[in-house]
Order: sequence, then structure tokens, then C-alpha cells
Amino acid sequence: MKQVHTLDRVVIRFAGDSGDGMQLTGDRFTADSAVFGNDISTLPNFPAEIRAPAGTLPGVSSFQLHFANYDIMTPGDRPDVLVAMNPAALKANIADLPRGGVIIVDTADFTKRNLAKVGYDTNPLEDGSLTDYQLHSLDLTGMTVEAVKQFGLSRKDASRAKNMFALGLLSWLYHRPTEGTLNFLSRKFATKPDIRDANITAFKTGYAFGETTEVFAVTYEVAPAPMPAGQYRQISGNLALAYGLITGARKAGLPLFLGSYPITPASDVLHELSKHKRFGVTTFQAEDEIAGVGAALGASFAGHLGVTTTSGPGVALKAETIGLAVMTELPLLICDVQRAGPSTGMPTKTEQADLLQVMFGRNGESPVPVIAAQSPADCFDTAIEATRIAIKYRTPVILLSDGYIANGAEPWPVPDLSAIATIDPDFAVEPNGTDKAGKDVFYPYRRDAETLARPWAIPGTAGLQHRIGGIEKARDTGAVSYDPANHEEMVRTRQAKVDGIVRDIPDLVVDDPDGARVLVLGWGSTYGPITAAVRRVRKGGRAVAQTHLRHLNPFPANLGEILRSYDRVIVPEMNLGQLSMMLRAKYLVDVHSYSRVRGLPISLSELAHDLESEIDQLEGVRA
Amino acid sequence: MTAVDQSRQTNNGGGHELRSGLAGVPLSLEPLTRKDFTSDQEVRWCPGCGDYAVLAAFQGFMPELGIKKENTVIVSGIGCSSRFPYYVDSYGMHSIHGRATAIATGVATAREDVGVFVITGDGDALSIGGNHLIHALRRNVNLTILLFNNRIYGLTKGQYSPTSEVGKITKSTPMGSLDNPFNPVSLALGAEATFVARTIDSDRKHLTEVLRAAAAHRGASFVEIYQNCPIFNDGAFDVIKDKETSADAIIPLRHGEPIIFGVDGRLGVVRDPNSGEFGVAEVAEVGVEALVVHDAHRPDPTYAFGLSRLTASGMLNQSPIGVFRDVAAPAYDDLSRAQVSTAAAQNSDDDALQALIAGNDTWNVS
Repeated sequence: MKQVHTLDRVVIRFAGDSGDGMQLTGDRFTADSAVFGNDISTLPNFPAEIRAPAGTLPGVSSFQLHFANYDIMTPGDRPDVLVAMNPAALKANIADLPRGGVIIVDTADFTKRNLAKVGYDTNPLEDGSLTDYQLHSLDLTGMTVEAVKQFGLSRKDASRAKNMFALGLLSWLYHRPTEGTLNFLSRKFATKPDIRDANITAFKTGYAFGETTEVFAVTYEVAPAPMPAGQYRQISGNLALAYGLITGARKAGLPLFLGSYPITPASDVLHELSKHKRFGVTTFQAEDEIAGVGAALGASFAGHLGVTTTSGPGVALKAETIGLAVMTELPLLICDVQRAGPSTGMPTKTEQADLLQVMFGRNGESPVPVIAAQSPADCFDTAIEATRIAIKYRTPVILLSDGYIANGAEPWPVPDLSAIATIDPDFAVEPNGTDKAGKDVFYPYRRDAETLARPWAIPGTAGLQHRIGGIEKARDTGAVSYDPANHEEMVRTRQAKVDGIVRDIPDLVVDDPDGARVLVLGWGSTYGPITAAVRRVRKGGRAVAQTHLRHLNPFPANLGEILRSYDRVIVPEMNLGQLSMMLRAKYLVDVHSYSRVRGLPISLSELAHDLESEIDQLEGVRA
Repeated sequence: MTAVDQSRQTNNGGGHELRSGLAGVPLSLEPLTRKDFTSDQEVRWCPGCGDYAVLAAFQGFMPELGIKKENTVIVSGIGCSSRFPYYVDSYGMHSIHGRATAIATGVATAREDVGVFVITGDGDALSIGGNHLIHALRRNVNLTILLFNNRIYGLTKGQYSPTSEVGKITKSTPMGSLDNPFNPVSLALGAEATFVARTIDSDRKHLTEVLRAAAAHRGASFVEIYQNCPIFNDGAFDVIKDKETSADAIIPLRHGEPIIFGVDGRLGVVRDPNSGEFGVAEVAEVGVEALVVHDAHRPDPTYAFGLSRLTASGMLNQSPIGVFRDVAAPAYDDLSRAQVSTAAAQNSDDDALQALIAGNDTWNVS
């Protein structure tokens, strides 16, 4: 009987060649851990190249998983365990592993040639350079090929099951349930029995190898995390976004029309929605980004919920059409799954640097509501809220996600859809005024007194024929107008309409149990790292307050008051201080920008350390 | 009652079930008149602009389609002609430069019960919006696209356009334009548009005939309209409009008839059996039996493309008009809606959505 150690949390990183199936391996370990009841947080990290040259550093793909017996906020800064499937994976990731960490290496690819390819002069498994780590050198490939010999696959095909061998071994090492992965493999390879059986056998053999080998003296248990009662699943941000869009449209009783063009890291939303046409979803893969949003706007004009999904470069291309939606005052959702820029930037890496683009990247005074999701599961709620605002206020709405939460996953209490409020599209069906002669007429730009929204009259509605477009509109009639006073009124009215959405935005709540002097304020996907860093700072005995913005335009009504009630406000962002600039401009508060642009989530330990320094410095100033 | 009643029976190359371009659009219960399609907006084009004639023909022709005007949507881009929707009492959108076909694709795909017209120009459709045009055509979205070709940028006050002849002297090309123009009909045929025609603003009868055929076609109908800009490119079409010269300049295409034209029918179109290229010959020399008999329903666009090359690329002194190509093919929007309705025949109620969102791998915490 082997010794069992109990841990409260573990971070594992699976790393290999981009064809080695590391994302799948990570996904499965995540799913099994989630079903087991751990809290989880994941960070897939893959190259933009689909298949970079085998065995090279640019070709390394990794998947980091953090699982714990308490609620965790991030995928972890540094792994405790590194699974490296080749020399490149070891080389690319070893620097992140703290001394004493566990390395499990597949030795099969550690040939002289492969070592030289990544710049190793000597074999690190043998030259003593890894003595500070718990190194387990195993011929995973060889054992896999041997185990699946019976299925008569080529060596190449047989060796491809090595990721499942590794997964089996890790599943044993961490006491993971196995039914989920076995069922998954049966489903995935249902039509290829040889491949299915080879993968299942590799997985089981890896598990059995752990049990029988003397290599691992200790196994580890991580107990389930306490969570509120209910039904859970794990979900990634892009999946939650797709489900939120479908649910939002259903709650509004509208067909959903997605006009989109493939772009990393947003394409999975297009893929997902394309699978669900039965829920009244039309997906249109357009010839370009502009046509994607154009068709979506056309569909909105026709009475559908028009949606477009993209990333930063696509938003740039769509800007003029978003402006048209501002002018025509039609509901439209623009989902920007941000990635590192500028230009093509780093498509598979995360960033939050599109905030100013979506706020101001259009000609003229062109106000658009902006809301941001803070975690993978939160993309669901954010999509429904964006739908609600777009329909109620007849406006394009920009939803910000990013590559980190789009691809990352977390446990999610499955929502009860019947508990979600319906959204009334409130189509215009009859004239809303009379002309000078007293005849009933339709005024397409006569506004609701409270929301300032104009009526949405869709084709097929008799008597409400009207023309809209990008040229300035006369108030009420919507006719073309170059009248100076009318233009000023319309510019201010469009702004007032968007500003007025603040009435539907809940006041911002600050988490401040200890009466802190320092407030950390974030937005979007930095929620996880910030929350984890704040916890660590508090654990260390310092007081710090935290709050997080979902609504970036308009801001919640009490934001200014909150900013002014702290001695120091620190704003961590994965950009050069874009929210900071907006806060300074609007509230004249000297917020401190904390800025990281590495294409990776902000490091919680670094942030915690820096917050502690700021707090200590402030306390020192007072003393 | 819907306009499916108007389905026509014509010969077609594809063997697909023929549906009218307006099938699915509700018919008006009362007969409509030109006045019903006239909005309260004052028409503001330059005096003598060809757009007036096209608008008048359009308003005169729409009642004959019989569809409800509230089920008519006109989408335009930017340019002089793109003001068109304001003057027609239907639903309409005067959108942004080049994007009308993309926006109209969304309208047409979303709504089977709406007849969608696109109004565009040579700059709008062929320059800034060229990409959207060719893709709408290749997809065969059920749109009727009217391209007003005046061979100049009018609204921006007179720069050369992608259909201007080489050497065009304009404000932006004082030493003459350098780039080769598009032949819009060739471009549309290159994109394998299923309905391609050309007509002239000043020939009301021909214009109306072509519009009628275009509206009846299911899928993308592309109509190039030669339209005179009296301010910045006056006389661009004089040779084919002038009564003295038009007979020898206009090559009328009529399905099933030999292509014959010219004063007293002295000219005809022949095809070189070796090269496949088309040319003009004296009928007296080659004989009527040597002339090409026009067939707009050939499935392959090669023939129609060949005919389109008879248009002179420089100063316009000869050009075929009429329907080059009219073949039946599935329309993108019909196929898209069919996928949605086929899928919706599966379980798609609220419980099904709840089950989708829960997924296959849930666990319970008690």
C-alpha cells in the first residue's frame, strides 16, 4: 500500500508538441477533477501555428490546470507538476517550475538530434541539471506502443495514444475518477474501434503502471471543494458566451442571427452556435469581418437578434458598421474576444487592450454601451445582459471577453433558465403620432420618454414603412436633416440614451472587510488574479479593498464616490492603463495603473507582492 | 396569399424546382399604384440625372409585382443613386459605402416574406464594396441588385470610377486614369451570378422588362443600368443613346432569338468555332443562319461571359443589353432557412435548451 498525502491544491502543467494532444489531455483531467468536486481553473497555452515543426520550441503547446479543495481564482502562477512529452516541452517550461517540483518526462524523444534542436548540449535528464527537482524519466511512448500492440496500429498511430497513457498515470497519482475519460473516448472514437481501443488501453495501462511501479512512492489526494448545493458542470468562456447568446435570444423570443468571420480566439463561438440551429439560430460565415457585422445589422433591421463575434482586428474593421448601428439605433451585439495586439499581435495570447478601441474607435460622437465578462462562466450572464440592454435601448452593445477566459474553464452551477427574466422586444405595431392634418403616422425616431429608445418597427408591419440610414436624422421623423440645432440635439440625445442605461446598472459593491485605505479595482478577466492576490494580501495581515467593474460604459452611478473614498486606488489591467485613463478623465481621481502586457494573465503572486508594497508605502507615509 | 402564386415556368438549365424571386412574400389585397410606392420625401438629384428615370420606372413597375409594400425592403450603400430608398414608401436602409449587399444578405436570410432590393453604383458596388458583391452573387442570395453605372464618382464631385475608361481626365487624374476598368457584367458572370442583365436608364420599356425578369428570378439578380451623370460624366452613353448611332451600338439579347442588330438588322453576333470568342459580322456576308441564337439558360456561364466581352472597354460605342444569363440554382437564404427549420424539427423547447446547457458531464453538490 502506497503512502497517500493530502493536499489542498495542485497545479499541473501538461506540455508537449502541438500535435501531442496536450489540450485534450488537460481538458480530460479538468473534466474528471470537476466531476470529482474540486474547484478548477485552467490556462490553455498554445502556439498560433497549427503544426509548427515537430520538436521545436515554437511548437510547444501546454495546458495548465489548478485544482483545489477550496474556491480558487486562477490557474496558478507556477506549476507544482510538469509533464513534458519531449525536450522542447521541458526546455520551454522548466523555468516556471519551482525548485523541488515534480517533473514527469517522456524519454522517447530525448535523442541527440532532438536535444540539439532545442539547444541542449547534453541530456538534461542525465547531466545532473535537474537534481533540484523530483524527476521521473519514463519511456511513456515505448510503454504505450507496447501496450497497444494487439491493435495492429502503425508505430506512429500507436504512439499517438501516449497522451492517454500519461493521463492514466496522472489520474492514478491524483486519485482521479476514470469513468468520464473512458466514456469520452468511447464516444469520440465510436466510428474508429481500433483507435478507441488503443486509447482506452493506453489510459488504463498508464493507470496500472502507476499502481505497480516503484517509481512513485506517494500518491496525492485533493478533497472536493465545498460549493453551494446544486448541479454543476465545467464550462469555458466561449461556450458560456454561445449559450448565453442562445438563451438571451430565446428569452426575447427572437431568432438569433450570427454574422461572423473566423478569427482567433473567437471562432469557437461561431462553431458552437452553428451546432444549435434548432434553437432558431442562423449562422452566416461571411466573406469578411465587415460583411459579418453588416449581415447581422440587416438581420436586426428585419427583426432578429443580430450578433457578430470577433477579436480586436475584426472590431477595427467593423467600426463603421457599428457606427451605422448607433445612428440607426438598432439592437446589435458585438462580442470582442480580445487578444494581444496591435495588428495581428499574438493571436493565441490574451490581453485587455481593446477597451479604448471599443469605447472610442469610431468616427463622430458614437456612444456604445460596453460590458465585460470577468470569468469563463460569467460570459453566460454577460451575454444575456448585453442582449437585454441592446433590445431595451435599441443600441449596439459591445461585450468584451478575452483569450484567457474564452479558453479557460471553471465549474459552473447550471442555471435554471426558467428563472431568467424574459426580454420584451416590444416591436412597434401601430402609428405613434399624428401629422399636421391629424392623420395617424409613424415617427421612427419618436422616443420613449424614459429610456429614449426609438420604436423598432420591422418589415412586414403595415403602415410603419420607414427609411433609416447613416445620415443624420431629424428628430421624430427620421428624415435626412442637416439642421445644426437638430444635429446637436440628436448627438446629445444619443449620448443621453446610453448614459441613461446607468439606471439599469446596479451600484458597484466594494469588498472591504477591514476598512482598507487601498482599493484594487479591475475589470474583465483580471477578476481571478486580483481576487486571489487580495486574499493573499489579507492573509498576510494587511487591509485591502476590492471591487470589479462589469459595466465600462456607462459606469455604475456610485463609482466616483467609491474612488474618492480611498487613499489609493490601484487598477490592474492587461494593457498600458486604459481603464485608468477613463477613470482619471471622468472622475479626476489619481488612480494608480498597474499594467502588464505579456500575453498572459496577471501573476497573482507578483500582484500580491506589489500590492503589499503599495500598502506598506502608504502606511509609511502616514506614519 | 403569397407571391408563390407568381412562379413562372421557364426553361432552366439546373433542373431545380423553380420558385419565383418573390415566393413567400405576401401579396397586397388591394391593387397598388405608383403613388403607393412614393414616399413623402422630395427627390433631390441633379436636374437631368438618369436616376429620376430609374426611380420612375421602379415605382411604376412595383405595383405590378403585387406584393405588399410593407414587405419590401430596399437597401442602398453610398453614392448618388443610394438616396433611392428615401423616395420609395417601403422599408429601407441607406447604409454605408459598399456594404449594402452585405446588409441585404442579412435581411434576405432572416426573412423569407420580404422582397429585398439593393441599390448601388459603380463605385459603391465595384470598388469599396466589390468583395461583398461577388460573394452575394456566388452565394446566390435572393436579392435584386440594381447597379447604376455612370462610370464616375458623382457624390464626391467627379473622380474616376472602376468603370471609367482608361485615360479618363478627372480631378484626381488630371493626366488621365491609368487602370483598366471593370466590365460589371463580366465581373458578375465571373462570380457565376445566376441572373445577369444590362439595361439603360432612358429606355423605360426595356428597363421595366429587365426589372420584371430580375424580380422573378430566385437568387441573386444582377442588373447593370447605364445611367447618365449630366454633371460629371455627361454623354458617357451618347453613342448608344443617340437615335442616329444607337442602332449599330446596342446589341439586344432576346432568349431564343438570333442576335441581330444595326440599321435594318444588318449586323449580327457570330462565334468563332475555334476560339469560342464572339464577334460582330455583316449579316449579308455570313447569313442569318450563322448568327448566334441567344440562350440565357445555359448552365455554364462561359457563353454569357463571352457575350459580355462584346462591350467596348474604352469609350462606349457598342454593348449588348438584355438578359445575359438566367439559370435556376438554389438560393443561399432558402438553404439557410431550410437548415434552421430542419434542425428546429428536433426537440427545441425550453427543456431541450436547459438540457443543452447542462451538458453531458454534470455533478451534483448536496
